Amino acid sequence: MSTELVVLAVLMFLVTYPTRAVGLLAPGMERLPRQALDYLQLVGPAVLAALAAVSVMVATDDAGTPSFHVGVEWIALLACLAVTAWRRNLLLGLIASVAIVVVARATGVSPLPG
Amino acid sequence: MQDSVPEVGEEDLTASRRRVLVDGAGIAVAALGFGFVYGLSARQAGFSPIEAIAMSVIVFGGAAQFAAVGYVASGLAWPGVVLLTALLNARHLLYSVALGPWLRDVPFVRRAVMAHLLTDESFALAIGHFRRLRRTDEWGYWVGAIVSTFIPWNVATAAGVLLGGQIPDPNRFGIDIIFPSAMIGLAVGLITGRRELVAAFVGAGVAVVVALLSSPAIGIVVGGVIGPAVGLLVPAALARETAPLGTLASADRFLMPGSHVPPPPDDADDAGAPR
Repeated sequence: MSTELVVLAVLMFLVTYPTRAVGLLAPGMERLPRQALDYLQLVGPAVLAALAAVSVMVATDDAGTPSFHVGVEWIALLACLAVTAWRRNLLLGLIASVAIVVVARATGVSPLPG
Repeated sequence: MQDSVPEVGEEDLTASRRRVLVDGAGIAVAALGFGFVYGLSARQAGFSPIEAIAMSVIVFGGAAQFAAVGYVASGLAWPGVVLLTALLNARHLLYSVALGPWLRDVPFVRRAVMAHLLTDESFALAIGHFRRLRRTDEWGYWVGAIVSTFIPWNVATAAGVLLGGQIPDPNRFGIDIIFPSAMIGLAVGLITGRRELVAAFVGAGVAVVVALLSSPAIGIVVGGVIGPAVGLLVPAALARETAPLGTLASADRFLMPGSHVPPPPDDADDAGAPR
């Protein structure tokens, strides 16, 4: 069983722990410029949206060459977005998203990803 | 802890602790659901059970872990994963700053452990509890951090990654759409003003274009760096920010979607924190 990513987890811990600890263990060291704080506020939405968009819009072949992908996954993603924004509940959004994909694939409307 | 603030009665302490338990139960249910989905996604991305579980124990950060699944699946080099993790988790800095004055009398070692367990959820539960009491009650922090979040998240991760391996042909069941859907849903939860909206749209657009021109991994990094920079161009006056980072409102927005921590009393604002 692979354990290589455990090292990655440790590295991720090493950059996460200080941000959690500095205010608790070393009061006064937390000062950051306002612009930096504003930037950090925007990182989450940008990274998460980038991950989602690339996941459903970019496919790669066996050689790793990227290509633009259009499929039912777009509709599923938009459904999740709409339901989550409407109901403020990601679980419902996920259920809607998965249901669309399952039905589309079961009925042959959309092929299974290779 | 705070001489100038009257102590609360035992009944108030009991009531506030009960509220931590009730709110924490909702968060625990959400943590179970999303921990399970994380485990499934990690398995789908090729993580072994040990790797997925280790990440939940060691990193213990839902959004960063979900994102890491995507980074690894897209082939992003480890330095890129670490950089984006640092940026994504930097919001915890403000939570620790907000909690620092409340916990300054707690022994150093216990504060060091508390720091590892500091998440959006534990922050929201603890600061709400402290503000209701107008003093520190460590019990509230530990229950919120361990019982409501750490244990359910890790148990569910283990269940997801172990059961995920038993599912034949998982794409037939739409497992592959869970990850991007979770990402966009989490992004929706973080959008509290126009700046975030612009950052999300630009980040996604730039990421796709760059991914098509180079590779998905590079696209994600470039989108994640440029999106916020463009978002900053929205003037603060037009941003209509409803939940600035580091506030209780922000923590509530960051909570695992589907859970919600009711706000503390109006008269117990941040100014009530011991200084």
